[in-house]
Amino acid sequence: MTALNSYVGQAVERIEDLRLLRGRGQFVDDLHLDGMLHAAILRSAIPHGRILVLDTTAALALPGVVAVITAADVGSPIPTIPLRLAPQIDLVPYEQPVIATGKVRYVGEPIAVVVAESAAIAEDALDLIVVEIGSLPPCVDTGTAITNQSLLFEETGTNLALTYTAVLGDAAGAFAAATTDEFYVRCERLDTQRHTATTMETRGLIGQWDSKKQHLTVYGAAKVPFASRAMLARQIGLPESSIDLIAGDVGGGFGMRGEFYPEDFLIPFAARHVNRPVKWIEDRREHLLTCNHAREFDCEIELLCRRDGTILAVRGNVNGNIGAYIRSNATIAPRNLAQCFSGPYRIPNINIESTMVVTNKTPTGTYRGPGRFEADFFRERMFDIVADDLGIDPVAFRRRNLLTKDEIPAKLATLTPVLSEDHLDSGDYLETLDRCLGEFGWAEKTKLKGRLIGGRYHGVGVGCFVEGGAVGPRENARMVVEGDGSVSVYVGSTMVGQGLETICVQIAADALELPMEQIRIFHGSTTYLHEGFGSFGSRSTVMGGSAIIAAAENLKHNIRTAAALRLNCAAEDIILEAGLATSPDGNVVRWTELPPENLQSAGTYSSNQRTYAYGTHAAHVAVDAKTGHVEVVDYVAVGDVGRVINPKTLHGQVVGAIVQGLGSTFLEHLVYDTEGQLLTGSLADYLLPTATDYPNIRVYDQENYPSPNNPLGAKGAGEGGLIPVGGVIANAIASALGVQPKSLPMSPSRVWELINF
Amino acid sequence: MMNVAFDVNGRQVDVQVEPRITLADCLRHDLRLTGTHVGCEHGVCGACTVMVDGAAVRSCLILAVQMQDAKIITVEGISGDDALTPLQAAFRKHFTVQCGFCTPGFLMTAHALLTDEPDASEERIRDVLSGNLCRCTGYIPIIQAVLDARAAYQNQARSAAT
Repeated sequence: MTALNSYVGQAVERIEDLRLLRGRGQFVDDLHLDGMLHAAILRSAIPHGRILVLDTTAALALPGVVAVITAADVGSPIPTIPLRLAPQIDLVPYEQPVIATGKVRYVGEPIAVVVAESAAIAEDALDLIVVEIGSLPPCVDTGTAITNQSLLFEETGTNLALTYTAVLGDAAGAFAAATTDEFYVRCERLDTQRHTATTMETRGLIGQWDSKKQHLTVYGAAKVPFASRAMLARQIGLPESSIDLIAGDVGGGFGMRGEFYPEDFLIPFAARHVNRPVKWIEDRREHLLTCNHAREFDCEIELLCRRDGTILAVRGNVNGNIGAYIRSNATIAPRNLAQCFSGPYRIPNINIESTMVVTNKTPTGTYRGPGRFEADFFRERMFDIVADDLGIDPVAFRRRNLLTKDEIPAKLATLTPVLSEDHLDSGDYLETLDRCLGEFGWAEKTKLKGRLIGGRYHGVGVGCFVEGGAVGPRENARMVVEGDGSVSVYVGSTMVGQGLETICVQIAADALELPMEQIRIFHGSTTYLHEGFGSFGSRSTVMGGSAIIAAAENLKHNIRTAAALRLNCAAEDIILEAGLATSPDGNVVRWTELPPENLQSAGTYSSNQRTYAYGTHAAHVAVDAKTGHVEVVDYVAVGDVGRVINPKTLHGQVVGAIVQGLGSTFLEHLVYDTEGQLLTGSLADYLLPTATDYPNIRVYDQENYPSPNNPLGAKGAGEGGLIPVGGVIANAIASALGVQPKSLPMSPSRVWELINF
Repeated sequence: MMNVAFDVNGRQVDVQVEPRITLADCLRHDLRLTGTHVGCEHGVCGACTVMVDGAAVRSCLILAVQMQDAKIITVEGISGDDALTPLQAAFRKHFTVQCGFCTPGFLMTAHALLTDEPDASEERIRDVLSGNLCRCTGYIPIIQAVLDARAAYQNQARSAAT
């Protein structure tokens, strides 16, 4: 059969845009339900302490206040938020209760929920709640916490929640054997700063309780609605079938949004408690204070190589400042950091220990490229420090150590506990390195290294990366041929702003050989499927798209079977196109004339094999010697994603991710004072990139090495643009100034210090 | 509660609001014009930008009761029933929308700019749009789209002049 359609691979304009450009999107705060009340949350102003007094009398007396909910209303024991993936029994004591009881452990922890006739009255009432907290010594930085002098969880006796170990080969043996002059060892300490996704839409939820049907509906879901429903069902004591989570338009995800937060329990609970719909919309200060933070890691890494630059082993320790609790996906960054430290390189012996340390700061979770951004900064910086020391060109150093095409698939380090083994799936890492250097004009630009031109020092940097994607275990899709001949496609992937609807319609239209206009996509809500896994780990296109292909194959089989009966021929001889089934002798039946039971299908795609997109980035910077300001003069990214579904949405993912990475590298920092108070609680203090900051970015996407792990050949590609940025920029600054940056962010003051001290 | 009357998207409205209610909340929750989005409530992100008497204004920094007799245009007011406007079509063509939350603010800021300055340079566009935050796109396609949309505003200015 010839393919009539070839939407896949085309820069099809996005179908989401028609509503979003006209102000017709439906974000959670756009919903108004009859009789709806509004919630505001009293949060701890103390980073570490015991609640001594909690008196809600005056708040309850305020006209317009309907209820004030505290731990006493939730009952005993207070439910906690479990790990969503790779559960680990040792971490259970560190799970966050949905509302503070007894102790508070970070500024922003929920203590009470006010429900009132308006959001303004609810906020007024917060001021009337009397709360006294007896302060305990806070652990703000990792160094203080690991002394265990002040414990967050007395019952565990330690602030070191868990250590993951990533092992390949025999690092200890390699270091022990390296006793002669032909070997070289370098040990460095490096760190990355606490920052986070900071989506433009803050979080929001509406809970609606139907007391007759004993059914709970929650609007504002995102990312993983089925997993969140399962958690809520256990916490609130309802069967999953009595709860629906509904997702509308979502104003950005980046790993942060859609994880289970305390409010994901508190707002549905409040709705049931008062038997009226309850809306809660997070304000920006709450957002910066309470959404998952990320990226606060420090490491001590030791690299062993020959004097020609051949890497033999790496070993070291990483500490993650994980915040006050182990939230639903807090383990992902520390796990990735250890397991994926080697990136696209051949490092035969690895031993990295990655420890999660609890502190009195906001709990942490994933942010786009979790653990990978940090690992790449540590690794690529180490490489340039070592290459510089050995007098080896940084490109030659990478060329020597990049895995060759023939070495792939290549095994990554094995991670324990909760065993994880993984392979880099396909690719030619030297090809993207060479293309990047060519597009960038490395040979010419590298001559600028260290030159002072018009008061600015120029430098260039390069770094290579891999991006893990298509996280399993499976995804589901369902199709129904409607009466008008259109096909409704239901998929367990969720939209977080990545253009999922367009991508899924492209894939479905090709698979069914129908025009895109004939496909309608439904996603993101628990009402559509029996099970769905959602959008995380750069999985929605690969897993959801592959499930759609499976459902389309089953639908075509069902239609052929019914059409064969009608047209008296063999099912395999039926030709399907444009909504018609045709027999070899030219008889035709419309799909819509066939029995309804044949006009539907389900499909599942299962895989635990990750995909690994990869590439190389290079940067040219100019550093103002007087102010420490760094201009990104040119930034070139070359990436191979296996197969491109929509070149323009892919391009948008990569450019957007690079600019986020530049924010991570230069601007973004969740700063705490020594007492545990967040100092950057507004967008005037927590700086995001703006339109004038980074205009010079060039991105080249390619699809030379499809993934062998899925029918599309596609690889997860939403995160790769961000992963290498910190290392690449810091390397460029190092080359400009002849210094060795070891910390992010590269703020003007820090760069100025590198120049002057 | 106070009464305030103004024109929004060519429609005269008369609303009763608390004096402390912002124009953004009044538009969104009293008038149900939810195309205007609220991203920070402290005037930094620009998602809530609307036009008040021809100027781009942050509706989170202005109170509804200050709007007596004002002429307000929101994203709904620059949107036709069917086809996209040239500005919106340029936004679509250049893939400026990812999550779409900041988009109405960018459209209103760009619309106000190009209405006043249809020949705005790239530098000028970049400078004016630097008051709006987008977390998804890295801004590059948005700048391209606004540059692309200039022609339509230039034509409009020319036909208005003749």
